[in-house]
Amino acid sequence: MFKTLTKKETYIKYLKSLKFSLYCMTHPLDGFWDLTHEKRGTYAAANTILFITVLVRILKLRYTSFLFLNVYWEDINIFLYIASILFPLALWVVGNWALTTLFDGKGRLGQVYMATCYGMVPYPLIQIPLMIASNMVTIEEGQFYQVLDVISLIYCAFLIILAMGQIHDFSLGKNILFTIASLFAMLVMVFILMIFFSMVTQGISYFVSIGKELMFRM
Amino acid sequence: MKNKIVRWGLMIAGIASIFLTLPTNTYAQESHYSYTYDYWGDVQECPDVYSVAKVFTFKDLGLEKNIRGAESLFVKDNLVYLCDTGNNRILVLERTGTDGFELVKEFDSVKGVEPANLASPSDIAVSDDGYMFIADRGNQRILKVDMDLNYVMQFDAPVDSTLASDYIFQPDKIVIDTAGRVYCSAIGINKGLIKYEADGVFTGFIGATPVSYNFTDYLWKKFASQAQRARMDSFVPTEYDNVYMDKEGFVYACTGKVSEDDLDSEKVDAVRKINMLGTDILVRNGDYPIYGDLYWGGKGGISGPSYFKDVTVLDNDVYVCLDQNRGRLFGYDDQGRMVFAFGGNGNMDGYFRKPVSVEHMGNDLIVLDTMDCAITLFITTEFGELIFEAMDQFDHGLYDEAQASWEQVKLLNGNYTLAYIGIGRSLLRKGQYKEAMKYFELKYDDENYSKAYQQYRKGWIKHNIAWIVAVIVLLFLVPLTLGKIKKIRYEIDIADIFKV
Repeated sequence: MFKTLTKKETYIKYLKSLKFSLYCMTHPLDGFWDLTHEKRGTYAAANTILFITVLVRILKLRYTSFLFLNVYWEDINIFLYIASILFPLALWVVGNWALTTLFDGKGRLGQVYMATCYGMVPYPLIQIPLMIASNMVTIEEGQFYQVLDVISLIYCAFLIILAMGQIHDFSLGKNILFTIASLFAMLVMVFILMIFFSMVTQGISYFVSIGKELMFRM
Repeated sequence: MKNKIVRWGLMIAGIASIFLTLPTNTYAQESHYSYTYDYWGDVQECPDVYSVAKVFTFKDLGLEKNIRGAESLFVKDNLVYLCDTGNNRILVLERTGTDGFELVKEFDSVKGVEPANLASPSDIAVSDDGYMFIADRGNQRILKVDMDLNYVMQFDAPVDSTLASDYIFQPDKIVIDTAGRVYCSAIGINKGLIKYEADGVFTGFIGATPVSYNFTDYLWKKFASQAQRARMDSFVPTEYDNVYMDKEGFVYACTGKVSEDDLDSEKVDAVRKINMLGTDILVRNGDYPIYGDLYWGGKGGISGPSYFKDVTVLDNDVYVCLDQNRGRLFGYDDQGRMVFAFGGNGNMDGYFRKPVSVEHMGNDLIVLDTMDCAITLFITTEFGELIFEAMDQFDHGLYDEAQASWEQVKLLNGNYTLAYIGIGRSLLRKGQYKEAMKYFELKYDDENYSKAYQQYRKGWIKHNIAWIVAVIVLLFLVPLTLGKIKKIRYEIDIADIFKV
């Protein structure tokens, strides 16, 4: 595996696939089709995009002007912040794959992940200039910030939905149906996780109370 | 085995007891008397802005009969008028020195009108030309008398078709303006303040609070029968608890008779500043709404929001609201930012049991407590003096001095939001925009920051306009020329004459 790292072609392919994400952004239908079916995307590029997205989300806290984003640093948990992207992403990927694989979806689990990451490209691309520009405006000019902030999120959602349709080879109606179904699947998984954790806590507290009881009797 | 466990247990208990007896929770024991809220709504302890000069009971004032059920204070120059409502009398006290009051007059009747005796006088106001206006609640009239208590005229119940025929006029709180008009809040009237012209003619109600209701109540009412509807609360404006006329002729009115939900959702206001048209013009630029305490926990059996019973406006437009619920005083500046909050329920000096009225004499505050039957005189501390001095200096355009005073305030209390904003505003006026921005950013004052930044940006662009133009031109020219060169090269390459 490490042998490939010494080859020049590996890096060229990586950079090429990273650059391809820009093509996906502007030509979603064509781009996301080629992403998996023509194998023009790589996991390395997908991981890079994800990393940059998380990084931008954290940097945003510090470097956005206080006019638009006030951070109560005492309450910030950086791990929760990172998880606020990674956890929904994991749920989405698993939920989407688990459903679509039962209904003729062509995409594999990894491909769903890759396409979703490629769909997140507009977030850093819009947020980084926005972060810098936020320090150069007054509160009256802040409307532009709010609008662009929302656009970056809508753009991402739009790309991810289209990407799912392309990699699974779904029609538009089926794609929308499965997007909604995937969201429900995410909810179900959250519900099961919550039940699981509360069960585990109760299970542990059961043994803890037995232990306490034993201590009293001894 | 058992022995060992017992020994271990004893050891743990011993260590635990050492930790328990250590004064680890000194923070919790220290109850803060003065505080402010910062940008995040966290309570920031604050040095005292006011300290108690003295508490006066009837004995300190040289009275034979204890004050009973007193309801109101009025200050004119260095005289304090105290409505001793329960004893049907009015006391006039004169301020002697920083911590002294002396009884100069005491009266329970006026001359030249029947009935001559006052009955439950609930408020008094004194005009600049020396007439006293007394809200004689038990006798259903507002009396105008001169300084020798000779009857001049009276204001009777308003004649209005909307009032019930069996309505009993009970004037509660009155204010007078410079033209001799009387504004009165009366018990059972929720249409705002009753306004009388100087000649005693009733000319209408002004400044009713906006009616608020929530949607579920409205729905219930739609489906309820006539009988059920009669038993429900009706959607009506609330009555004012107290009124105060500032030196510019605006009436500050406060009320505590509002529901928690309405206050929380900011549908109603605890304090309003009413102009002559009856609209609310109070400035609310602070980080939080003006309703006293932000958190209404049920500590000590006291729950619910602050109950603003009285309000008084200092000469520098800082207004002080008296919270009857928790016995606290809240000061707000002309922008609606909290200047201070202090007080509490209790029997110590500076704490109250049922405060009903607050007045000011200069910057000193006088609070009447009806259950303690006492008045408390508060004088500003060094810290408070500095704050008011800085505000005055800023208002008079002495920005250097104001900045210096705010710096002093900041030294005494590094958590004091107004100090930072005060320094920032002084710097802004002096044209030091960059420094001003720093101070505004520290306390998240986005509007002032934007003002400073706009000026700073303007200056920066003016200073660097040559560079900016140069960079823009370069950005356009370089790709253009590069493209041109490429094109020429390409044309040379494909030109026929060079073909071999």
